[in-house]
Amino acid sequence: MNQETLLVGLAGVLAAAAPIIFAVMGETLSERAGVINLSMNGTILLTAMSGFAVAYSTDSLLLGFLAGMLIGALVALIVAFASITLKQSQVAVGFVLALTCRDLAYFLGNPFMGVAGPRLQAFPIPGLRDVPFLGPLFFRQELITYVSFLAIFLAWLWIYRTRPGLMLQGIGEKPAAAYIRGANVNLLRYVYTVIGGALIGLAGPAYSLGVRAGWMGTISGLDGIGWIALSITIFGGWNPARAAFGAYLFALLQWLGLVLQPVLTQVPSQVLQVAPFPLMILTLLLVNIGNAEWVERTLAAMPEGARKFFAKLLRTMRTSPPAALGVTFERD
Amino acid sequence: MLKTRFGGVLFQAVAFVLAMSFVSLILVAVGASPLEAYKNMLTGSVGSMRKLAEVLVSFVPLLLVTAGLLLTFSAGLWNIGVEGQIVLGAIGTTWALRYFVDSTLPPALIIALSILAGMFAGALWAAFAGILKTFGGVNEIFGGLGLNFVSTALTLYLIFGPWKREGVASMSGTEPFPDIFSLPQLPDLRISPWALGIALVAIVVVYFILQGTYFGLRIKAVGKNFRAAYLLGIPTWQYSLYSFLICGALAGAAGALQVTAVYHRLIPSISSGYGYLGLMVAMLINYQAIWAVPVAFFFAALNIGSIQLPIVLKLDSSLSGVLQGVLVLFVLLMEGVRQKFVKKV
Repeated sequence: MNQETLLVGLAGVLAAAAPIIFAVMGETLSERAGVINLSMNGTILLTAMSGFAVAYSTDSLLLGFLAGMLIGALVALIVAFASITLKQSQVAVGFVLALTCRDLAYFLGNPFMGVAGPRLQAFPIPGLRDVPFLGPLFFRQELITYVSFLAIFLAWLWIYRTRPGLMLQGIGEKPAAAYIRGANVNLLRYVYTVIGGALIGLAGPAYSLGVRAGWMGTISGLDGIGWIALSITIFGGWNPARAAFGAYLFALLQWLGLVLQPVLTQVPSQVLQVAPFPLMILTLLLVNIGNAEWVERTLAAMPEGARKFFAKLLRTMRTSPPAALGVTFERD
Repeated sequence: MLKTRFGGVLFQAVAFVLAMSFVSLILVAVGASPLEAYKNMLTGSVGSMRKLAEVLVSFVPLLLVTAGLLLTFSAGLWNIGVEGQIVLGAIGTTWALRYFVDSTLPPALIIALSILAGMFAGALWAAFAGILKTFGGVNEIFGGLGLNFVSTALTLYLIFGPWKREGVASMSGTEPFPDIFSLPQLPDLRISPWALGIALVAIVVVYFILQGTYFGLRIKAVGKNFRAAYLLGIPTWQYSLYSFLICGALAGAAGALQVTAVYHRLIPSISSGYGYLGLMVAMLINYQAIWAVPVAFFFAALNIGSIQLPIVLKLDSSLSGVLQGVLVLFVLLMEGVRQKFVKKV
């Protein structure tokens, strides 16, 4: 493989990760505020279908993306209403929505299956596109991919470098304390869940109008992406930068699966395509195992040098969810 | 007491009406007649003995999975990995059948051993999720989802790799087993009374475990308040694992019956989403074992009833999934409304 095809391949990885980036950023915001939006898998399918359908019917890509965001926000609103106002299980409502939105996408998307519709074109940035190495890698992408870069940066900036972001961390970690500091916890949770939902809603059209243009119903190959994005959110430890790393890693692994296929002929192609999933479990195990009690006990029993080494290793990998994730907040 | 129970039924009835209205609106929006669609689903599911038998074929795995999930839900666990546990059940059974296919053992014994192998494999897969949860700190939802993907990969690998059909491997699955390795079916109907019997026994057993045994009481205690149960001296993580194991074994049985009573081979989509559907049934019946049979039957009927929709009405058969989902969603929402309402009174 020469350098040029490698660069094109890697640029493709960045593009393929864009929808996952949106989903993961949206979920990160939502979970930072304390609300798990488990509906993601269904939301991505439904917004992919409706984004495509709207863009196809109106011949406007922008409207397609907006439709996706709107529907993503609406689904998130149901999750927020059920969990914050009605105090029902977020997991239950999210899971039901994940299945329902998926089937709704298949049902409503039936007439749009396999039709040729509009799609994003590459949008090379003048000047930057010709920078050696970086140009072909970063600056000959579709518009939505640039937006995904921006989303990572903005999400990170918002959470870690702004006052409202500090409050966001507060309502997810210690809602009672945030409340005393004057935050309207439940209102903010609504806001972040809905904004997060709108971001997740960008993921669908980013597929159906971009990297995997069109709507193919059950063979769109999008079923399951939302669950992956959910795992990546955890892998990312609710930190946008680390979550973005997870998303790119996943896209890279999938690409490697495709590239390696001709080399590893004895491995069925279907297996290589799902190869990232076991790795995902392994990483989840690695980032979580530090939280288990027996690990702490084992560490304590180790000799000083080994203990320090392993403790440090676990600490770098380890992530802990926002303390109030999935917990309803009541004033009294 | 009576008043709240009556209130509960009332709210559920309202949820049902709202769900049906919502789905009807969707049907009208796509230019279809809701009445036609519902009528078609009804005749397509219970309109003839043949269709009814098909419904029962779908009812068996759904009921088995629901029975298992009632235990994990009682233990406060979201065993989303149940889908993969069905798949592993099917793989275990296929493995055993392949192993015994040339032996001189009586076929009935081989079938029984194969189903047990499937239950064992399902329990093993559930144990993974359980161990990841109890010793790895990995939430059972994420561990389970990951394991579901792995189980799909494993199925594909086996079908296209070591267990591939003579000649060319394809998505149609492995080589079908000889007829003597199938559970006997009713004359002219596809349903096996044995499979139906196993499923019904499973739900009855689970009902009694939960209602009438000390074991069930402890599982429920762990689910209601993990910390309090621990302080009371219940070996909490062991009970979490037990519920995982039993649920996995029942899901494994569902997969085993998909192989021995329905497909007679391993196919890529052997679990057919019954695991996820079982989660919905369990939620809809509010984790009460007593309602599992009618609701699982209703969901199975929706599944089968929607099959002919594309041919007759040019509607996608995913309508059944929409109906099931919207129904559970509205029941959950109305339950929330009821709790809010009742608290205020």
